[in-house]
Amino acid sequence: MLDIDIGVTLDEFQLGVKEKLDAPGITALFGPSGSGKSTLLRVLAGFQSATGTVSFNGSVWQDTDSGTFVAPHHRPVGYMFQDARLFPHLSVRGNLDFAARRAARGGSNEAQSAFSMDHVMAAFDLAELVGRRPGTLSGGERQRVALARTLLRRPQLLLLDEPLAALDQERKSEIMPYLDALPGEFDIPTIYVSHSADEVAQLADQMWVLANGRVHAAGATAEIMQRLDIQSVMGRFEAGAVIRARVLDHDQGYHLTGLDFGGQRLTMPMVDRLAAGDQVRLRIRARDVALATTRPEGISIRNVLAGNITEIVEQSGSPFAEARVEVGGQHLRARLTRAAADEMQLATGKPVFALIKSIAFDA
Amino acid sequence: MSEMGPMWLTVQLAGVTTAVLLVLGTPLAWWLARTRATIKPVVETVTALPLVLPPTVLGFYLLILLSPDSAIGSLWISITGDTLTFSFAGLVVASVLYSLPFMVQPLQSAFENVGAGPLEAAASLGANPWDAFFSVTLPLCARGFLTATVLTFAHTIGEFGVVLMVGGNIPGETKVVSIAIYEHVETLRYAQAHSLSAMLMAFAFAVLFAVYFLNRRFPMRVY
Repeated sequence: MLDIDIGVTLDEFQLGVKEKLDAPGITALFGPSGSGKSTLLRVLAGFQSATGTVSFNGSVWQDTDSGTFVAPHHRPVGYMFQDARLFPHLSVRGNLDFAARRAARGGSNEAQSAFSMDHVMAAFDLAELVGRRPGTLSGGERQRVALARTLLRRPQLLLLDEPLAALDQERKSEIMPYLDALPGEFDIPTIYVSHSADEVAQLADQMWVLANGRVHAAGATAEIMQRLDIQSVMGRFEAGAVIRARVLDHDQGYHLTGLDFGGQRLTMPMVDRLAAGDQVRLRIRARDVALATTRPEGISIRNVLAGNITEIVEQSGSPFAEARVEVGGQHLRARLTRAAADEMQLATGKPVFALIKSIAFDA
Repeated sequence: MSEMGPMWLTVQLAGVTTAVLLVLGTPLAWWLARTRATIKPVVETVTALPLVLPPTVLGFYLLILLSPDSAIGSLWISITGDTLTFSFAGLVVASVLYSLPFMVQPLQSAFENVGAGPLEAAASLGANPWDAFFSVTLPLCARGFLTATVLTFAHTIGEFGVVLMVGGNIPGETKVVSIAIYEHVETLRYAQAHSLSAMLMAFAFAVLFAVYFLNRRFPMRVY
């Protein structure tokens, strides 16, 4: 589908990426700031010059050797900018029309009802905003309009450049459901740039880990996130695991949502928009997981899961160790001190109880 | 109403000059705002020269450059049958060069202010560069265009030295208001000088006031 083999040199910084993107849905481009995520996205859109080749569904977008370069406006790419970049001289409606008119003119006018103005406006709840000026919108509203505008261009590849980075937590959770619904509503392969592991865990099926201008790991999000060897890239406090769980019920009285995780019960603060039976992806940070050799009693932590240790990695020269714990076919990561690991005689295959202090679910 | 002749000629000259500069100055300002070429400072300097050079210096060089003996001057004669010096066409050429910075500098800073962001957004939405220029850059730079147009127009109206050098004083052809006033004063016809000067003053005031007033009443909404 998307075939990338490019190099960029900017002053001191070098980016070299050779990857293929075949997956539908959202692929996260994850890495710390300055790792080259946005630069790669700009190369794909044609905003940043690079050496090498980029091709998409058989058409070559750039090829240094043959001198091919397809101008940005000829690439079927939807690019959403971190700062939205709505046109300030146009109303919300004008901004949406800007994209829709050119998409219709550009010949991509197959009867794609998903990209009709009505459907996009409904998908992003824009009916009340159409008359407003971009300057009067809140940050979250602005991103919603920008996302809608990007889709009205009827792209075949969606590039989202940290769409949540400029927003506070509250605004983020306002946008999250719309991003979450993207693959279902529009079915466009999407590259989602982010430096937040929580966002990636929740939105992306696939991820590429980018650091210092190289892709260090690529694959399914759940697999990558539980790998211990990319710790240095992810950063200590980001380390964690992504698990899949199924929604069981809501406890309106205590404001909790119950989940089924590999046959065991998990609870987390209630998320209204989830319905019983929904599959969710959750991220559990390694530092939020403690281990016990016997099921503890008289403890405030509600989430206690039985599992088996599958791997222990001691970080020499540091007081810490990390354990991978298998629970019902999925893996958690736990961070503990090396002293504790020795004292508890933790080893591969040993049954343990994982105590989960908190569950990250942005909603 | 012999005084209306110079007045009308002045307005014509300023109008034509402004129109020509809008066409020529916009791409130049655009290039200056976006290029990273090493010769950019050189071009910027040349563009700004008319700000500091005495008009007589510019006029002197133009007189030589446009004279019937020169390549440009003789080419012009072979095409139009008329000389470039001491003609309205020559005045336009001179005014365009003389007023160049007044068109280019406000436009360049307007383009730089808008930056690449909105253009990238437009391109990502399928707009080709011309489309992006007219549908995004132009409206976002409306104030810059207004400023550049008014400054160029007003500056051309107030031009004297270059006109005197290149155009001389031919009624209906090159005798603009500033030259007419000079001639009246030289020949001690102060009354006529008074009335022309007052007209120019009133005109300049009215134009500038209209711009400032409109700017106040209808601030262009950008962010």
